[in-house]
Amino acid sequence: MNWSYAKNIISGLASLVQGMQVTMTTMLTPGPTVEWPRETAPLPLRFRGHIKLVTDEAGGAKCIACGACVRACPSVCIEVRGDKPEGAKKKAPTLFQLDFTKCSLCGLCVESCPVAALTYSRDYALAGADRRVYSSMDLLAGVASPFPEQCHEL
Amino acid sequence: MMITEISILRTLLTITGITLVVGINAVFVVWLERKVAGHMQFRLGPTEVGPAGLLQTVADGLKLLSKQIIFPSSADTPIFILAPIICLIPVFVALVPVPFSETLQAHELDIGLLLVIALGLLNTLGILLAGWGCDNKYALLGASRAVAQILAYKIPLLLCILPVILLAGTFSLREIVVAQEGTMWFAFYQPVAFFMYLIAITMETNRSPFDFAEAESELVAGFHTEYSGMMFSLFFLAEYTYMFLASAIASILFLGGWLGPILPGPVWMLLKIYFFLFLMMWFRWTFPRVRVDQMLAFGWKILLPVSLLNFLFTAGVMAVL
Repeated sequence: MNWSYAKNIISGLASLVQGMQVTMTTMLTPGPTVEWPRETAPLPLRFRGHIKLVTDEAGGAKCIACGACVRACPSVCIEVRGDKPEGAKKKAPTLFQLDFTKCSLCGLCVESCPVAALTYSRDYALAGADRRVYSSMDLLAGVASPFPEQCHEL
Repeated sequence: MMITEISILRTLLTITGITLVVGINAVFVVWLERKVAGHMQFRLGPTEVGPAGLLQTVADGLKLLSKQIIFPSSADTPIFILAPIICLIPVFVALVPVPFSETLQAHELDIGLLLVIALGLLNTLGILLAGWGCDNKYALLGASRAVAQILAYKIPLLLCILPVILLAGTFSLREIVVAQEGTMWFAFYQPVAFFMYLIAITMETNRSPFDFAEAESELVAGFHTEYSGMMFSLFFLAEYTYMFLASAIASILFLGGWLGPILPGPVWMLLKIYFFLFLMMWFRWTFPRVRVDQMLAFGWKILLPVSLLNFLFTAGVMAVL
């Protein structure tokens, strides 16, 4: 038995101990797992969800139904129709539909909007049993409408 | 022996107690194994069923119970059925002489340690039959590996136990613990034997880094490749009970069994047992499997001579003193 043989055994043992140290420290370090949906990870500030309409103080859409976003969209996934409510100076959207199945989240619509009426939502938990839920998302849902009920297209 | 009401009651209590220990231990150890594995790999392990996922094993057991047992058409059916039973029954019986405290013991035997060692050998017979009976090349390879392995670890294992027997002067598991009362635990007298014993029981229980009989990445699932449903889980039950048994023997031989301050005896015993079980899990999730020839060379060329020298040294020192 020569010296290098014994040295080999000792360094081998040391490497085993080192390996066990690694697994032990990993075990004692809390992992990055977030138990969704019971807890959620914080979203980044500039998270880009699907687009949504910005509302004014009264709860109505700031959108003037100019169609700039429709023209800017490379995927042709926005459909806007608008009309002038009685006595108003500006148009208001009567329909604002997003085909999120086609959207590439490029954000050109948000940038092209002249009145900053579009923004990114922070909605990421998107799952549905029917693709129509996302192929024709009604962005006017939950937005106060200046039109009488019967005028609302759809 | 006279069969009295007392002895019948004692037998019934023993069977109930051992079944409870085996069942609860398996449920807990499988859970612990998955938790330890998870946390060592930056995961969480089971969390959903029961508090902290404790009942996950129960759910898995129910699932396995409800699954179909598939018999390969070319299998040797009697052997195929017998193999998991032969794996499991000896470990059941081997728990009989294990003392959990001064008074808590199923049956005191003056050859308790010999009985445990002898029954421990039957585990390999079960593995061999499992590999042989199901007519599958991977299973047969796994089984033949287990048989090749047994000689490489069993002799050093016995040679690690012998110095303890020399020190205690008895084969009774209870007496061995009593011999450690008031003095230091045998692990401090026999550090080399203790260390070698730890390695040997990792081999004995077919645990990684010596899990050749199973070797998932090489042999599909080794000897239990063809087993499904409850027969498969019997092998698991046997493996985890065997780990429990080996840890119990290790804590009795080297760490003074139920001895310890403040806490009652059985608690100390269980603490020591689960310390060893955790150690084995720690090994498993740290070390990759070694090659078969490396393991055999290690067993024959290092474990055997070192444990033999250790035994001779102990015997010599004891003869002189």
